[in-house]
Amino acid sequence: MELLMSIVVGVFFMVGTYLIMTRSLIRVVVGINILSHSTHLLLLTMAGLKTGAPPLLNRGEEAFTDPLPQALILTAIVISFGVTAFTIVLAYRTYKVHRTDDLEQLRGIRNE
Amino acid sequence: MNSLLIVPIVLPAIIGAILVFFAKFQRMQRVISAVAMITILSASIWLAIAVYNEGIMTMNMGDWPIPYGIPLVADMFATVMLLLSAIVGVCCLFFAFRTIHPDREKFYFYPFYFFLLTGVNGSFLTGDLFNLFVFFEVMLIASYILIVHGGSGFQLRESFKYVTINVFSSMFFLAGVAYLYAATGTLNIADLGVRVAELDQEGVLNVVAVVLLFVFAMKGALFPLYFWLPDSYTGPPAAIAALFGGLLTKVGIYAIIRMFTVVFNHDPTFTHNLILFIAGATMFFGVLGAVAQYNFKRILSYHIISQVGYMVMGLGIFTPLALAGAIYYIVHHIIVKTALFLFAGISEKITGTNDLKQMGGLLKTHPTFSWMFFITAISLAGIPPLSGFFSKFPLILSGMQEERYLITAVALLVGLLTLFSMIKIFSFAFWGRQKHTEPQAKIKTGSLLLSTAPLVALTIILGLMAEPIFSYSLEIAEELLDPAVYIESVLEE
Repeated sequence: MELLMSIVVGVFFMVGTYLIMTRSLIRVVVGINILSHSTHLLLLTMAGLKTGAPPLLNRGEEAFTDPLPQALILTAIVISFGVTAFTIVLAYRTYKVHRTDDLEQLRGIRNE
Repeated sequence: MNSLLIVPIVLPAIIGAILVFFAKFQRMQRVISAVAMITILSASIWLAIAVYNEGIMTMNMGDWPIPYGIPLVADMFATVMLLLSAIVGVCCLFFAFRTIHPDREKFYFYPFYFFLLTGVNGSFLTGDLFNLFVFFEVMLIASYILIVHGGSGFQLRESFKYVTINVFSSMFFLAGVAYLYAATGTLNIADLGVRVAELDQEGVLNVVAVVLLFVFAMKGALFPLYFWLPDSYTGPPAAIAALFGGLLTKVGIYAIIRMFTVVFNHDPTFTHNLILFIAGATMFFGVLGAVAQYNFKRILSYHIISQVGYMVMGLGIFTPLALAGAIYYIVHHIIVKTALFLFAGISEKITGTNDLKQMGGLLKTHPTFSWMFFITAISLAGIPPLSGFFSKFPLILSGMQEERYLITAVALLVGLLTLFSMIKIFSFAFWGRQKHTEPQAKIKTGSLLLSTAPLVALTIILGLMAEPIFSYSLEIAEELLDPAVYIESVLEE
C-alpha cells in the first residue's frame, strides 16, 4: 500500500510542477493546490499507513495507528486552504489590473 | 515565570486581532499599536536578561510531557533575535505612522504588521519542527499581504511570483518534515538532535538535511535561490520594505543555524562545506547585482543577499570564533539594513523617485539626513569604528585560522564591492547638482529621522562597545556549538 501511495504522490508532484510551469495564472494556482495535496499525502505515507487500531486507550487493543501525522496534515490542510484562497484572489486582482492572465506578458520591464 | 515566555508570541496575535475591529479609527489604531509594540520590546528585553542570567528557559505547551508536547525554548540566540525583531518593529512602526498612506492604514495595515511579528517571534522561540513550519506560514501569509498591500500593478505582479515561490518552498518544508519523521519518529528539535546522533548522519538523513537547507535557503535568499528578492522588496512602501529587509530573510538564516548546530552537526565535511560553498556564491553574486543597479532600494535589496552570505559563511566554517562573528553580523545587519531601507524611504519622500540618476544634491538641502545615511552606509561597508568592521573581522580572522583562503578572499573582495556600491549611492544621491525642486528641498524630515535615530545610534554603540558585545556573541556561539546544553534543558523538563 505504501508503494502505491508513493507512486500517487510522485504523479501528483509531477502534475503540480507541470501546472506551475504553464503560462496561465489560474493554472499556476491549481498547480500550487495539487502540489500541497501531494505533500499532505506524502506526510501520511511517510509515517506508515494504518498499522493497528485507532488510538483510543482502554479498549483492549495492543497496537495503535500513529495519530500524529493526521494531526499534522489537518494543520497543513488548513494552512493550504488559506493560501489557496489568497492566491485565487491575488490571481483575480492581477488579471483585473493587468488585463491578462498570461505570465509571459506579466514579466515586466527591467527597472521600470 | 517561565510561562511569560509566551508573551512575545501571544501579545502581537491578540493585538492584531483587536486592531481588526478598529480598522477605520486611525488614531485609536496608532495608540494601541504603539503601546503594544513598546510592551513587546520591554518583554523581549526582560526575556534576554532573564535568559542571560538563568540559562535556557523552556515552556511546554499544555503541560504535555516532552517529546509529545510542543516546547517553546528561549536560549540566548533566540532571545537576541527576539530583541532585534522588537527593536526593528518599534522603529518601522513609528516610521509607518509618518509615511504610510491613510488609505493603506485603514485597510488593515496594523493587524497584519502584528501578525507578521507573531510569526517571526514564534519561529524564533519554537522548539518543534512542525511548529516552526506553522509559524513560518503565519509569517509568510502576513508577508504576502503586506507585500501586495496597496495593490499597484507592479506589486501585484511581483507578489504573485513571491507567493508562488514561497508556497512551493513551504511544500518542500513539509516534505522534509515528512522524511525526517519517517526516519527518526520525532519532530522535537532537541529530541531530533539525540536521534540523529544515534542513527549516524549519513544517507537519508543527509538528504533530509539538504532538503531542509534548500527550504531555508529559499526563505533566506541564498545562492541560487535569491532571484525573487530584489523585485518583491522594491514594490512595497519603505516601512514595510524595511521590516522585510531587516527581519524576514534572517528568520530563514536563524532556522539554518538552529538546524545545523543542534540536529545535523555530525557530518560537517559534507553539510558545512556545502554551506560554505553556497555562502561564497551568495556573497559574490549578490554584490555583483548591487554593483550593476541604479535604483536605491534595489541596491539595498541586493546587499541583503550578499550579506546573508556572510552569516552563512560563519556557520560553514563552524568554529566558535566564526559562529560568534556570524551572530554579531546578524545583529549588525538587521539594525543597519532596516535603517538604510528607512533612509531610502525618506529620500523617496523628498525627491519622489528611487532612481539614483534622477537624484542629487541632498547633502546641501538635508544635511542631517545625509550624514546619518553616511554613517550607516560606511557601517554597512565595514569601516572600522562602526559595527560593520567588528562583525566582518572575526569572520575573516577565523577563515584565515582555518585555512579557508578562498572564501576569505571572496569575503574581502565583496566588502570592497559593497563599499563601492554604497559610495555610488552617496555620490549620486547626495553629492552633485541639486536635481529636486525648491519646494521639495523644503520638506521637513525631522520626525522621520527621529524614528531612525535609535538604529543609527545602535550601530555606533555596537562598534564602540565591540568588546562586551563580541564576548556576548562568543558565549552564544559556544552555546550553539555545544547542543548538549540545549537538548538537556528541553528534554529534562
